[in-house]
Formats: sequence, C-alpha cells, structure tokens
Amino acid sequence: MMADTHVDENGLVLAADGTPLKQSLARALRAQKIRALLLIAPLLLFVTISFVLPIGEMLMRSVQNTAGTEYVPDLLPNVVEEVQEWDPASGEMPPEPVYRALAQDLATAFENRNHTQLGRRFNYESAGMSSIFRKSGRRVSNWDIETDGPFREKFLDIDEDWGDIEYWATIKANSGYYTTSYFLAAFDAQRTSEGIAMKDPDQRIYSKLMIRTIWLSFLITFCTFALGYPVAWLLADLPTKSANLLLILVLLPFWTSLLVRTSAWKILLQQQGVINDFWIALGFTERMSLINNQLGVVIAMTHILLPFMILPLYSVMKTIPPSYLRAAKSLGATNTVAFIRVYFPQTTPGIGAGSLLVFILAVGYFITPELVGGADGTFISNRIYYQFSSSGNWGLAAALGTIMLVVVLLLYYIYDKLVGVDNVKLG
Amino acid sequence: MKLKSILLASGAVLGTSFAASAQDMADSMTVVSWGGAYQNSQVQAYIEPYKEMNPGLEVVTDESSGEAVTKLRAMSEAGNVTWDLVDVTAADGMRLCDEGLAMQIDHDEMLAAAPDGTPASEDFGGSIVSDCFIPQIVFSTTFGYRTDMVDQKPESVCAIFDTETYPGQRALEKRPIGNLEWALICDGVAIDDVYDTLETEEGVERAFAKLDTIKDDTVWWSAGAETPQLLADGEVVMGSTYNGRLFSAIAEQDQPIGMLWDWQMFDLDGWIIPADLPADRLARVKDFVKFATDTQRLADQAKYISYGPARASSAPLVGKHAELGIEMAPHMPTDPANAKNTFLFNYNWWASYRDDLDSQFQAWLLE
Repeated sequence: MMADTHVDENGLVLAADGTPLKQSLARALRAQKIRALLLIAPLLLFVTISFVLPIGEMLMRSVQNTAGTEYVPDLLPNVVEEVQEWDPASGEMPPEPVYRALAQDLATAFENRNHTQLGRRFNYESAGMSSIFRKSGRRVSNWDIETDGPFREKFLDIDEDWGDIEYWATIKANSGYYTTSYFLAAFDAQRTSEGIAMKDPDQRIYSKLMIRTIWLSFLITFCTFALGYPVAWLLADLPTKSANLLLILVLLPFWTSLLVRTSAWKILLQQQGVINDFWIALGFTERMSLINNQLGVVIAMTHILLPFMILPLYSVMKTIPPSYLRAAKSLGATNTVAFIRVYFPQTTPGIGAGSLLVFILAVGYFITPELVGGADGTFISNRIYYQFSSSGNWGLAAALGTIMLVVVLLLYYIYDKLVGVDNVKLG
Repeated sequence: MKLKSILLASGAVLGTSFAASAQDMADSMTVVSWGGAYQNSQVQAYIEPYKEMNPGLEVVTDESSGEAVTKLRAMSEAGNVTWDLVDVTAADGMRLCDEGLAMQIDHDEMLAAAPDGTPASEDFGGSIVSDCFIPQIVFSTTFGYRTDMVDQKPESVCAIFDTETYPGQRALEKRPIGNLEWALICDGVAIDDVYDTLETEEGVERAFAKLDTIKDDTVWWSAGAETPQLLADGEVVMGSTYNGRLFSAIAEQDQPIGMLWDWQMFDLDGWIIPADLPADRLARVKDFVKFATDTQRLADQAKYISYGPARASSAPLVGKHAELGIEMAPHMPTDPANAKNTFLFNYNWWASYRDDLDSQFQAWLLE
C-alpha cells in the first residue's frame, strides 16, 4: 500500500501513476456507475417511453383547455380577444364585435370540422351549448364576413340561446390555454357568478365515490388480512410437502381468469343463487341481497385479492424460526402471550407488504365493482372509465386519475411515516 | 442458384396476390361491430356471402362498436386508423360525422337502388340521419317479463313502476336515456312534452321522483346481455334490453319470457366509413357496402335477428328465421302490431343534455 501511493509537495495523496488519488478513485467509480446505468438503460428507456410519457401526457390533459386536438383559444382567436371587453355582470348580451368575431371563428372551425368539438367542450360546463355550436356551423360558413353583418341578429335567428348571458360567461371563463374546470368538476365544485362553490350535497358524485373507494379498499384489505393470516401461518407451519399442496390451492384461483371468478360469485350470491337457495332450504323465508351492492363487492374482491396477502405473509413467516415460540413458552408464556409478544411482531413486515399490495390494487379495481357493484358498490375507476370511453370527457377523466394518484401517494407517505417502508418485506 | 429461385418464386406469389386484388382493392378489411348475435347476423347475411364472391379476401372482425367514437378519436389523433368500416348507433354516427372522423357519402351514388329502381336515399328515407350514416337496421329498447312470475300479463310500460301488481326486482339500464322518458310518460306527461319537461329542473326532479319509487327494487345493467340472463335466472320479474336479445331468449332459448312492446324506444344502427382511408381500402369498403346494404341483404339479416331492415323495400322480403323457421315479421319492432306506442331516441336533444343529466343520474344513484 505504502509503495503504491506517495504524497506530493502540496500534501495531496497521489496514486502510483502520479495522478491525485481522489481523482483516480472518482474515475474508477464513474466507470462503474456508467456500466450500471448502461445495464438498466433498456428497462429505464422502456418504462419512460411506454409508461411515464403516456401517463404524463394523459395527466396533462386535466389542465389543458382543448377541444379535440386543438386548444380553445387557437380555435376561437377573435372571440377570445373581443369577449374580454364584455362583462357578464353587466347583464347585457355581448356587443356586435363579439358576434362578428364568432362568425369569423366558427366559419374556420366548421371548415376544419372543429365546431362540434368546441360545442362539446363548452357543454361540459353548461348543458345545451353543444347543440347551438352544431346548429350554427354550416349556416355561418355561408355568410360573408364583410357584407353580411350585423351578426348578432343572425345568430339569435339561428338559436335565441346565443343571447344567453350564462353561455357567454362560460365561453369567457374558458378562453385560456389552461383550465381548472376539470379539477373543479372532479372535486364536485363549480364556478358561479360569486366565485367557486361546492355543488349541492345531492349533486356531488366524485367526492362520494372517492371516499367510498378508499373505505371499501380498507375494508377489503382488512378482510384479506383476517382471512389470510391464519392460512399463511398454517402454510408456514406445515411440512414442505403438504404446504406445497396447500399453496397450489391458494394459487389456483390466482391463475383463473378474473372474469370467471367474478361471474362465479354472481351465480353463488344472486337472489336465486346457490347460497340463497340453501338459505331457503334451511327454512328461512326472506332471500338475502348478497350481490349488486357493497357486500357483493367486498366478498368478491376479498376472494380475488386474497393471494396477494397470503403470499408475502407466508414468505415472511417462513423465515421465523419455530424455536422462538418454543423458547417463549419454555420461559413461561401462555400460547396467547407467546403469539402476541413474540410471533406477531415478527410478521409485521409481511402484513405491511400484503396490505400495501392489496390496498393499492383494490383502489384501482374496475371490473369486479362494475359487474357485482350495482348502484352503491361502484368505484371511482368505473366513473373514470365512463368519462374516457362513453362520454369522451378525457379532461375530467385525467383530473380524476391525477387526484387518485396523489391520494395513493399520500397514503403511501402516511404509511411510511407510521410504519416505515423499510419495514416492508416480500420475503 | 437456390437463392435466385426463392426470389423468383416469391416474386410470382407476390404477382398473383397483386392480380387477385382486382381494381386495386385491398385484400383485407377490418369490420367493427357489436359482437354477439348481432355481429353473427351480419356475418351470415353478407360478410360470408361477400367473401365467397371474393376469394382470397380476408375480413377481420372487431367488437369495439361500444367505444367506436373514443377509439376513432384516438386513432385519428395518432394518425393511424386501422378500421375500414364501423357499425355505430345513429347518435354516434352523427358525432363522428360532425367531427370529421367519418367520411361524408352520397347515398344514391354509393348504395344500390331498390329492385324497382327507387334511389337509395328515398328507400332509406328518414333513417339517413347524417351525411355519413349508412343505415342498416331499426332496433328498439323495450321490456321483457317472466310469464311465470306475473299474475296478469302486463300491457303497459308503466308496469315497471307498479310494484304492487308486479312485485320483485326489475332491470333498468344504468344511464338516464330511456329511463327518464319512461318515468315521465308513466307520471302522466304526454309524449310530445317529454323533452320540454326534461329541460326544466322541475321536470328532471319529477322524473327522478318517479324512479325513486322503484329504486330499491332495481338491478342496473350496463351490457345488453345482462337482462336476458337476469330474466332467465329469475332474478328480475321484468327488465329493459334490446328487442333482439329478448327475441333470442324467447324464440331460440325457449325461456318463459314475454315481450312488452308498449312505448318501446326506437334507435337506428348503421355503418360509417372512417375519413381519409387509403384509396385501395376505400375501394374495397365501397364495394362491400354496396353489396351489404342492398335490399336483399338487409332482408336476409332479419333471418338471423329480429331487427327491422332500414330500407323500406326490404320489409316485404323479410322471411322466416334461418333455423327455427318461424315468421320473423311479427317479431320486428316496426311491425304495426308492436309499434302502437313508440318514441324515437332523440339524438339531438340528448347530445346537448347527456353530460348534465348523466351526472345528475349518477348523483341520484349515489343518494
């Protein structure tokens, strides 16, 4: 060691080739780091391109004020400029230049087939606006901007709703490149003339669904824990041969299609189903409602998610030497005390891992609540799906998705503070 | 030498396949529809016969019509439309046309005239609801009931609100369309006033108040196949679904289910061609559509499913069921005996109010 390094006149430690030792070490480490980075580069690239970028782009839609693929102010450049002069609080219809600008912009939008997209965009804020845009497109495209004015009367002629101050206030409020209206809608709030206000309690949807989704996911997580813990313990305690057989029984439903398992629950739980028939055969007269409600969702999802709880629990329990329990008992602990003070604390990393897995999967569940949830057992993801595929309101769907993502990250953070994520073990 | 002969052989194969696509028509076509018995009727009535006429043609079938609008929007945003022909409801067809995602067509030029020479636009008549829409069938959403679970046969749609005479659960679609109309009709609103009433806040409240009376007895469905299954299982005593599904359950599966035609809601289904298809694919689709919507083919489709052909000239040609041999005409929603009280799903009105009423409907479900 002493032979390879020496100290120069400035007191710097030098390596054998004369470069400062610090520099030489850094170079060696850098090479290692680059090699490591290159090794994970394919995965990193894949995740970025196929996961982070598309999701990021989708989440951005929650604030972009677009109609179809274009931004609203790009589609209505003249209207956006003119309408700034007009004040909805004045209680008067916008002046002629606004209508003239509308005639110009609508004619261009109709040419590019964007006018109904604009109508759809504003219809999210005020019902009825899509029809006036659709109606007007073709008519406006036949007007001559130079000679055919004044336009206000002509628009009122197409539909008197063009004189509706509420509608114009909506256009003015949503004329920027970015909008908060999707997030407002996702929080059951709306913009009124007096500012932002919550909707009436009986009009609220998303806050209720969000709370329901989180509450039912907690309940399902607890049920999988209560049912899975004894099973995992049994598995860990049995000799390997019988444990493997039992493990296959745990995994078997895991390998069966989700749809098949959900439909099977339908057959079992419905009012004319197997369980109710048995119940009646026992002499009861009233059939139970076990499905198409929250109970059905909890039962079916507990069953479906059970393996995600059992497997981490099992792999953690497997590492706990049986001698610990014997030692506790030989020192005078009863079975209960030995379990509570010796065994259970050692399984908490498995409980943490299982609970996190089950909870996060449950929060995003979609198919099972859709099929067995009925009216009061649907989750927020069912509404997100509806907004994406049926209603086409991608902005609102993205806002709901963003909120859900933040909520889950927040819960993860709280979990980390309370339990510590380092204290999670999958095996 | 060997390489050369392989190249020559593959060149010959390419040459023949090129010759097969006569008049520069693509030799593959992706047709999107709804799946199930309906798509099957299309395959039997015109896709298979067309394939027989055009050996070597590959027809890819897709079952995504339920999401046609959003999928086409996404495809066109990505600049890669893979569909050649899409089966959509009238409302979706209008939306796609308005947004420029569907091709505008000249009905008389593109579609075959009736056998007596009546031009297509006249033969299809009012069912051409938009410049892009090529109508195929008229279907209806209506009610079926368990014949063995009711004491007296229901005659009126208002039986769904009559829990005393018809106790038990009922199945309704999990959306406001149709349900709000029936609620108002059964609350005594005249059919002509239904949509005016629904434009007012009191009118919507009135409809929901009527639905409140059966809310606890209702199973909400989102796929058309659910109601026939619920009826077959005896889970519900009556429920709404598409009339073709009920026909299958009654006639093909022999279930003890009866048909209630009162105030059935008519809707149309038809083709749209995605905008800006490449020339060879467009030529293929045009050739197919001309064949698939002619008078005989639309009448043939009714052999497999009880939906009414959209062409007036097809109606007299509607014959017997392909396997069961029963007359199909009396099972058509458009049959005069069935169509005493009907209303048309009001696309234009719902286009404006759907977002709003749907939120209110969901909020009502959550109450």
